Amino acid sequence: MVTTSETAQWVRPTKMMVVKQFLKGMPLTARVGLAIIFINLFLVVFAPWLAPYGETELVTDVWAPPSAEHWLGGDHIGRDMLSRIIYGARTTIAIAFVATVLAFFMGIVTGFAAAVLGGIFDSILSRFVETLMAIPTLLMALVVISVLGSDLVVLVAVIAVLDSTRVFRLSRAIAMDVAVMEYVEAARLRGERLWWIMTREILPNTTLPLIAEFGLRFVFAFLFIAALSFLGLGIQPPLADWGGMVRESSSAIIYGIVAPLYPAGAIAILAVGTNLLVDYVLAWSNRSAATEFEV
Amino acid sequence: MNQETARTGFGETLLEMQALRVEALGADGNPFRIVNDIDINLKRGEVLGLIGESGAGKSTIGLASMCFARPGCKITSGRILFAGTDLRQQDEDDVRQIRGVRASYIAQSAAAAFNPAKRLNDQVTEAAVRHSVMSHSSATKRAEELYARLDLPDPAHIGRRYPHQVSGGQLQRVMSAMAMTCGPDLLVLDEPTTALDVTTQIEVLATVRDLIRNNNTAALYITHDLAVVAQVADRIMVLRYGNLVEQGDTAKILHDPDEPYTKELISARTEDINTKIFTGMPENPVLAIREVTATYDGQVDVLKDVGVEIGRGETVAIVGESGSGKSTLARVVTGLLPPRDGHVEFDGQKLSLALRERNKEELRKIQMIYQMPDVAINPRQRVSEIIGRPLTFYFGLTGREREERIFALLKEIDLDREFADRFPGQLSGGQKQRVCIARALAADPELIICDEVTSALDQVVAAGILKLLDRLQQEKGLAYMFITHDLGIVRNIADRTVVMYQGEVVEQGTTEQIFTPPQKEAYTRKLIASTPEMRTDWLDEVLRERGDLFDIDAAAHT
Repeated sequence: MVTTSETAQWVRPTKMMVVKQFLKGMPLTARVGLAIIFINLFLVVFAPWLAPYGETELVTDVWAPPSAEHWLGGDHIGRDMLSRIIYGARTTIAIAFVATVLAFFMGIVTGFAAAVLGGIFDSILSRFVETLMAIPTLLMALVVISVLGSDLVVLVAVIAVLDSTRVFRLSRAIAMDVAVMEYVEAARLRGERLWWIMTREILPNTTLPLIAEFGLRFVFAFLFIAALSFLGLGIQPPLADWGGMVRESSSAIIYGIVAPLYPAGAIAILAVGTNLLVDYVLAWSNRSAATEFEV
Repeated sequence: MNQETARTGFGETLLEMQALRVEALGADGNPFRIVNDIDINLKRGEVLGLIGESGAGKSTIGLASMCFARPGCKITSGRILFAGTDLRQQDEDDVRQIRGVRASYIAQSAAAAFNPAKRLNDQVTEAAVRHSVMSHSSATKRAEELYARLDLPDPAHIGRRYPHQVSGGQLQRVMSAMAMTCGPDLLVLDEPTTALDVTTQIEVLATVRDLIRNNNTAALYITHDLAVVAQVADRIMVLRYGNLVEQGDTAKILHDPDEPYTKELISARTEDINTKIFTGMPENPVLAIREVTATYDGQVDVLKDVGVEIGRGETVAIVGESGSGKSTLARVVTGLLPPRDGHVEFDGQKLSLALRERNKEELRKIQMIYQMPDVAINPRQRVSEIIGRPLTFYFGLTGREREERIFALLKEIDLDREFADRFPGQLSGGQKQRVCIARALAADPELIICDEVTSALDQVVAAGILKLLDRLQQEKGLAYMFITHDLGIVRNIADRTVVMYQGEVVEQGTTEQIFTPPQKEAYTRKLIASTPEMRTDWLDEVLRERGDLFDIDAAAHT
């Protein structure tokens, strides 16, 4: 009969063990990614204590070169560049994060529902999303923000809605593959409701591509904010945000002033860091999934 | 093991593998052996059957004969002598000259082996043309000859079709043609008929065997089905976990095996486990399907006026080849496909046609077990959640009560309680199927629909599942609607049998009646005659009778 002798040593891993195992197998790249994210989170939380000067304080000369008091010099009106970058992390990351989470929530719920229900519901939703996607995102954002005004809530909502169309398409596609599985059919035959099928049957089986997409979309959200700020519709001055800071100082690059490279570099580093970690999360989940019962 | 001297009449040795060892990288990062020091000696014209459950290393050995290992696997030691040259000492380029030309491979799933975007001819002649063995036109001519010999319809034109334009059995034969185009010395056949219906299997088996015999080709025939290998193999090697269990002449292995494992394999196929004696037609059937006609697209009826009754505690087998509508019937019963006409009664009460209109109690009483346990249970849910959900959903059990019930259910399916914490990935195929059974039991059903529940499992494991189902039926008085294409199983477990063909019930009666010749219906006769039997002369016998058996085509039923 069936015995458990082959795998008798198998024990249910505790959360602690999973975390330990996750950290243990980390390659250098992922460690770097994790460090970058931690540093950024640290900046987000402790900005007022870390920044040597205020966010909007005029403390030095216009385009002041780096010095002992001002490590990264001054910006186009004489504010401390380092302090602005530290405060900028706060606005940029927080907005991008909230907007991405919101986009994923909306995209996943609608995408999964479309995949499970199918038929007319799927058709209407899909055509609607395609219509939205057919309009250039920047143009769409410009119109909506000019009409509704550019406060933070509108900004987050616009980014989330526009981003959710991409998430919708991805979640719908991957949920389609899962929805035809017999365990989903078994759940339907049991009489389970849509919400259970979406959250308990499908979601756990689609986390991998969704996590990967999250890393990517998070970075895009940031670049999108930067683009909007660049056009003057994103985060409004004097609030610091990295994209806006690139715009404010971009003209200076013609004169050989390196100021715009600092905020641009901050964006690049966080983008790379996020993706380094996401890569490892994916590899790690694949590996855990492959650690299966072998004959 | 005296097969070296026991058989004569073959040519010189073509393939010799000595102490072949193949290793794969385990999940823990350490290599482990999947083929452990296997010796094989194969002469021209000889067919060697490799038999074993999944994980036995059969396919790995088959591929290794062409000096190939799947990604993640590596041939680590041993010699592979092909016509005297050790392939492991050769350059990859030289070995490639042998693959596809002097040695070719026929895979299990023809559908997956063909490129859907290219015409058959282009794919059949590809190896010959690419290796510059033949010109395109002579290769095509050769392919057409082979189509004719493989009994494919319209051999001059069938090659211009795309893979989806021919049937599964035809595609499998086209793949055989592909393997034979270059006139190989060695043919590796990896479960070439497993995915086919029994009626198609016969044709493929017969043509493959003729090809091998006429061309004096040596062949490795890989399968888990002893009855199939008995028809084609001269010798059989029984493998388990990459080790040789036993080898010998086909007749010797079938009728007088030495090893207990071989005996188990053979008995799994022949054992009769049905202990009940059928008492007659059910008076108050638990399930009654009344004049059901169903369609998927509104045009073609996939079920035509089907009527089936299943009594309490009874096992009714629904048999037929693919496309006969047997799985559709299950979809109608469960409500996934509302029928166009007719209805389904449960306990004398009419069931709502559509799933969403049925209440919890109705849903609870009919449970389903699927063919592929891998996709029938959620890989991201623990066994306790899989089994526990119906308990919570139907009976509102939580906490301690629910846990106790889960353990009780695990006990019923002969699994330890520690299995509750596992994920499906940590279970074997048979264990997964047991969990599926437990999930069905958790709902305390009256009827369980078993849709090909053993066809994805190894025979020994499948026999265990069937025994378990039988025991549960005795204990709980469950009724089973047992959908299968495997008549070998039906004979052993079913009280009554319903034969379906092209959406219609051709014949139904007690299993005894259906299986006792002479069968009333020609199709039933054909179906039963096509089921391989565990003796070496079965195929010859069937082919001899073919005239009166297979020419009466089931066209009579349309």
